[in-house]
Amino acid sequence: MTGEKQQGRQETAAPAIELKGISKAFGPVQANRDISLSVAKGTIHGIVGENGAGKSTLMSILYGFYKADAGEIYINGQRTPIPDSQAAIAAGIGMVFQHFKLVENFTVLENVVLGAEDGALLRPSLAKARKTLVQLAHEYELEVDPDAVIEELSVGHQQRVEILKALYRSADILILDEPTGVLTPSEADHLFRILKNLRAQGKTIILITHKLREIMEATDTVSVMRQGQMTATMKTRDTSPQKLAELMVGRKVLLRVDKKPAKPGKPVLRVENLRLTDSAGVERLKGISFEVRAGEILGIAGVAGNGQSELLDVLGGISPAEGRITLHDRPLPLAGRHANGQARRSDGIAHVPEDRQRLGLIMDFMAWENMCFGYHNDPKYNKGPLMMDNPAILDDTAEKMQRFDIRPPNPRLRAESFSGGNQQKLVLAREIERNPEVLLVGQPTRGVDIGAIEFIHQQIVALRDAGKAILLVSVELEEILSLTDRVAVMFDGRIMGERITSETDEKELGLMMAGVSGEAA
Amino acid sequence: MSFTKVILGTVSALAMTAVAAIADPAIIYDLGGKFDKSFNEAASNGAAKWAKETGGKFREIELTSEAQREQALRRLAENGNNPVVMTGFAFASALDKVAPDYPDTKFVIIDMVVNQPNVSSVVFKEHEGSYLVGVAAAKASKTGTVGFIGGMDIPLIRKFACGYVQGVKATNPNAKVIQNMTGTTPAAWNDPVKGGELAKAQISQGADVIYAAAGGTGVGVLQAAADAGIYSIGVDSNQNYLHPGSVLTSMMKRVDVAVYKAFKAGADVKPGIQVLGLANGGIDYALDENNAKIFTADIKAAVDAAKADIIAGKIKVHDYMSDNSCPVE
Amino acid sequence: MDKMPRWADVFLVPFINLILAFVVSGLVVLAIGENPFKAIWIMISGSLGSTSGIGYTLYYATNYMFTGLAVAVAFHARLFNIGGEGQAAVAGIGTALVLLAFDWPYWWLAMPFAIIGAAVFGAAWAFIPAYLQAKRGSHIVITTIMFNFIGAALMGFLLNGILKNPDTQNAETVAFPKGAHLPTVHEVLSPLGINFAKSAPLNVSFLLALACAVGVWFLLWRTRLGYQIRAFGQSETAARYAGIDAVKITVITMLISGALAGMLSINVVMGEQGRLIKEFVEGAGFVGIAVALMGRSHPFGIVLASLLFGMLTQGGFELMWDMPAISREMVLVIQALIILFTGALDNMVRDPVERLFLRMRKRKG
Repeated sequence: MTGEKQQGRQETAAPAIELKGISKAFGPVQANRDISLSVAKGTIHGIVGENGAGKSTLMSILYGFYKADAGEIYINGQRTPIPDSQAAIAAGIGMVFQHFKLVENFTVLENVVLGAEDGALLRPSLAKARKTLVQLAHEYELEVDPDAVIEELSVGHQQRVEILKALYRSADILILDEPTGVLTPSEADHLFRILKNLRAQGKTIILITHKLREIMEATDTVSVMRQGQMTATMKTRDTSPQKLAELMVGRKVLLRVDKKPAKPGKPVLRVENLRLTDSAGVERLKGISFEVRAGEILGIAGVAGNGQSELLDVLGGISPAEGRITLHDRPLPLAGRHANGQARRSDGIAHVPEDRQRLGLIMDFMAWENMCFGYHNDPKYNKGPLMMDNPAILDDTAEKMQRFDIRPPNPRLRAESFSGGNQQKLVLAREIERNPEVLLVGQPTRGVDIGAIEFIHQQIVALRDAGKAILLVSVELEEILSLTDRVAVMFDGRIMGERITSETDEKELGLMMAGVSGEAA
Repeated sequence: MSFTKVILGTVSALAMTAVAAIADPAIIYDLGGKFDKSFNEAASNGAAKWAKETGGKFREIELTSEAQREQALRRLAENGNNPVVMTGFAFASALDKVAPDYPDTKFVIIDMVVNQPNVSSVVFKEHEGSYLVGVAAAKASKTGTVGFIGGMDIPLIRKFACGYVQGVKATNPNAKVIQNMTGTTPAAWNDPVKGGELAKAQISQGADVIYAAAGGTGVGVLQAAADAGIYSIGVDSNQNYLHPGSVLTSMMKRVDVAVYKAFKAGADVKPGIQVLGLANGGIDYALDENNAKIFTADIKAAVDAAKADIIAGKIKVHDYMSDNSCPVE
Repeated sequence: MDKMPRWADVFLVPFINLILAFVVSGLVVLAIGENPFKAIWIMISGSLGSTSGIGYTLYYATNYMFTGLAVAVAFHARLFNIGGEGQAAVAGIGTALVLLAFDWPYWWLAMPFAIIGAAVFGAAWAFIPAYLQAKRGSHIVITTIMFNFIGAALMGFLLNGILKNPDTQNAETVAFPKGAHLPTVHEVLSPLGINFAKSAPLNVSFLLALACAVGVWFLLWRTRLGYQIRAFGQSETAARYAGIDAVKITVITMLISGALAGMLSINVVMGEQGRLIKEFVEGAGFVGIAVALMGRSHPFGIVLASLLFGMLTQGGFELMWDMPAISREMVLVIQALIILFTGALDNMVRDPVERLFLRMRKRKG
């Protein structure tokens, strides 16, 4: 177990990880260029950079997924080649991926043991793992029910299982790739407490993120990557978010959204007593009511999994529900054949879904094929009753790609080839350019780099200023606070309260997100 | 390079085989395959016998698809093989189409009549042989009830059944004959499990001699009869050896003889319809050491008498296929 | 970033697969004491070395094009249609009913109606599994397989019953009217002074197959329906977001797939046999799966893969013919090896080739 290793620690202050001159190219793309990095033992080291800056590639090299073209890796002062992930595990490196690598219908215990069984029989391994798990949970605030099935756990708990997996394999160095992307503020805080506990026990942690707040809060040292190069490494206390952002993007950036006060008009979208029970019989929406007015952004805040996704699905025509939705006082069908995405679009409701890779885009389709996705029945994309007008769509796409600064501006590139930010811009371009009456936006900046966030926020505000009604669902309080005009907080399928954004703060919203009703908070 | 040598050698060898197209006889087996323990295998034995005796060579082809029927026929004709023998009535349509294109080639089709000037159609008087084993069955039966199990329900098999019933009734007018067909698809030729079940059903109804005219399905019938300790009668080739002491006799349809004769005649095969029956040895019953004990002198006397009478024309066995009906039930 | 150039993806990988398959098949041939080079030569020259060989090769290829396209269309909607066998068989009934209904004077008059008959019956046989999948969630792989058996039983019932030709022992219909005979390549080319083997069953259905390939390409990449089919196949959740009707797409795609599989009966029943026989599909429905896999579900790839499988079928026959030591079971083994390497073991070759290209590109860069 971990204790023995710690005792064997060398007294010399050799860095836990030292990378020397790492380079890696994919075809003509130089993903990593001569990168050197040294991380001291028992510290938390942050790596920031925009999407595509090469962070993930570097970590994949460290974890043995890719082989570096050049360069050397030293672990605890020893030169350690890492040809595959087995070698990485043997070298005491553990990795927590952005997308968890868990078997959904296995229990926590089974997932932890998977691949690290002691023998052909499962029972002794499980018994041993259970003991270790209890101990680790106690030591690091990593409480998880060992017998819970993964798919029934919250995202935060699933992440803990990933950390436990690494620790169970005696990891001394833990790499976390965008760990808070799916967490609520309180879950994120909990995670940072865990990380600090781990540091106190002498573990070394590398935290990859694009959220500067987290870097400032949790790390000891920080490195910035840009275009495959390591542009700076410094002590966290010697820097500021503003400075880091500039280093990342290579120019001055605006961290706050610059917007004029809203001029709300008449209510456009009115939702009354919306109820939804899912296929498992769980009531996801328990009587939701609100209205969105023309020229305002209504934010829906809340911890992920409290019904926001279901709300978006119902409004977007994806799931049937009970209740009443009116658009300009005209009721919309909520169930049956006419409640679908096509009908909503023709009614003037555009939808930027939370999960752009699963819903918003078809990753294997080219950009132009995605640009008409959902609007494929639009006469301007069609030639006659049967045929698509491909040249027209291509032209339209090229134009939109230019207006939304989507890079590379090649309509024939597959969606999967774009970075997260550019994928999101593809969806936004498609939906915003329809000039809809109502825009539904879910997690618009999840997994999107700083430069793109700025742009996306500007576009949303511009649509508001054009007098459209916007419903924005986000689990990032920062985003809610800076972007919306009004905010409603969801908890357990209900709206706990509504506030004017400028008249509330993170603390009050946080209380409501935790289930304290608006009157009390 | 030895590599190129091999290829060159290959090509020249091929060229030689192409030249060496001579009037060897050829045989095409039906989809059932050469080793079907029944019809095709009997044909194969006839061809092998000819090769052994004369030292001659012959071509043989097993079909894998329906489209190859015509392809194989044309291929053999173009190759100069003569005569081209094919086993089974399924070739009839293809042959009808192909034969006129190769007037110099003689085709021999077994079990079916194709009216073309260069086709020799070989058919058997299965009803005569079935009559004989019917006589034997009636003589051997103690219960007065005998059975018949056919393969696929087609006129040809009804011809077997009809001859059999006539033989039984002529010997014992009060005897009862239980008849069953295994199915209506070609699968009925190769379903020994169902054959066994039908046999057991007939046994429970009192049958103590069962005649199986069902190809591979018959193996199950013979097995069930042996298990129940009653008699059975085999078909096509001599199946007495399968269960000595239980298989009373076998109605032999000498497909091997037909193939042998065709090969022997070579390109001089006479077109037209060849009928093989008791008189010319194309049909017979089997008597060997395996059934010598149970095939008593009494039975043998009755069967031989009937055989002589049929050959002499004193007994006329009705052919079901002549009018698609049977005078007795 | 694509990992390797398109030509490598489309041609090089299948080619290496093929070479590997030939090497392993060669070892099998060697094991039974025959010359493997000679065997390969026989297969190639037998399938392409004469007009008769070409005629048979293309005839078989026509069948595989139809069934391969049928599988591919369904595959684009992520539906695994294993029922091509049954759909083609039942389509044969449709073809036969149309052709036996009238004393057709001309083939060009009979063919469109026969195509409609085949398409309607083939599509109908695909409809029930499609409906069960779309509405009830019954897995289409299971239901289409079951419908192959039901289709075979239905054929047996009809061909031994009301459709049977009373003059023969075979389970087959009477011959279609002379006017319904599709021109063979021999009949088409001989007026032009080109002598093509008379025996070859290749007929105008080949052109129908090519037209179907173009049609499928057009459907998938040029029409709105095709767009929806592909979107649905790529991501069902995204399709729901876009408001694409899953039931409608599932059913329509399977109807198209069944109709395409049914076209096989035009080639075989109308073109070659001139009557409906019971076992006329003979596994082409299943070969279609391998064809679609190897052709990467693209009509162009399917045409090429069909030609290869046509060569295999015809070459296999020639192999049996010229090498008596190689039985038909042996030929089956060789064909299966080629399918195994080109279809199932594709990644075994693809991954190393991809890596090779990456390394080459890096060296250049």
